[in-house]
Amino acid sequence: MTASEEFELSDAGLVRAYVITKGRGLPDDDQLSLITLLTAAPEQGQRAPRLSPEEERLLDICSAGYLSVAEIAGHTRLPLGVVRIILAGLTEGGHLVTRPPVPRARKADRAILEEVLNGLYTKFG
Amino acid sequence: MVSTPSSADGQRLAERDYVQGGEAQTAVKILVVGHFAVGKTTFIGSISEIEPLSTEETMTRAAESVDDLKGVKGKTTTTVAMDFGRLTISDRVVLYLFGTPGQLRFVQLWEDMARGALGALILVDPERLADSFAVIDLIEQYGLDYAIAVNHFDGNPQRAEAALREALDLLDDTPVVTCDARDEKSSAAALTTLVRFLLDRAS
Repeated sequence: MTASEEFELSDAGLVRAYVITKGRGLPDDDQLSLITLLTAAPEQGQRAPRLSPEEERLLDICSAGYLSVAEIAGHTRLPLGVVRIILAGLTEGGHLVTRPPVPRARKADRAILEEVLNGLYTKFG
Repeated sequence: MVSTPSSADGQRLAERDYVQGGEAQTAVKILVVGHFAVGKTTFIGSISEIEPLSTEETMTRAAESVDDLKGVKGKTTTTVAMDFGRLTISDRVVLYLFGTPGQLRFVQLWEDMARGALGALILVDPERLADSFAVIDLIEQYGLDYAIAVNHFDGNPQRAEAALREALDLLDDTPVVTCDARDEKSSAAALTTLVRFLLDRAS
């Protein structure tokens, strides 16, 4: 078990979070959940010139396929809140395409749960 | 200049790091929770198709009840990590497993994790049953259906299920399974038990 489960005190880092996010607030909870899948939008001719280094970095990591919001945060080691804000900005700017998870509904759940169960049986016997 | 996608430590992301067939995938999640050092990360690692990842929420100590970013003024921050893995179920469904310790104060993190989750697998150490109470409470607060997986460490005599049910004050239909979180098949069997239970509940 890693020590990361314990609370730890650390410096806020060289660049403050509010600088990276340009002072924007957190997006709506439903807009970018942990498991919303994202990928870079198809080539938009040329990339907007005014992207910050962090925006470039996140867009870059999304350019080769779909990843969840959580995975993007995990790979970049940026705090989740920061990642969600930057991704929301990039999505609004048309740089990213998102696939939100389906809203909870009993009927949808059943179909998905059956699929998960069958998938687990197939994979693990 | 466009560089190749890479992670924080400069390693290039491989094709397998991305969600296969992402344009057609629906993402779902199941929580794997339990007290400190009960084996959550081991469990997730044993069945995840990717190396388990970790992400953190940062909050100022002085403003824990305030949104993390709005409060970032002070010099010290409190960090809590959550670990997660991924399992591509089919060409339509990709399953994420999220694990975090049950510390009550990180409510924002819990809300992010619990919202929309199919259910929760609660890992329990038979020698430290009392440590699981807070976690079970939290899962019940969020209204999530759950199963109990007793992580059976070597040498421990298997505690009688009836005694464990009584100690944890479980409902009769709450599934209890024994598993070895280090073993892929054993972890998968515990997960299967949970999903079968969730399916019963959804009928």
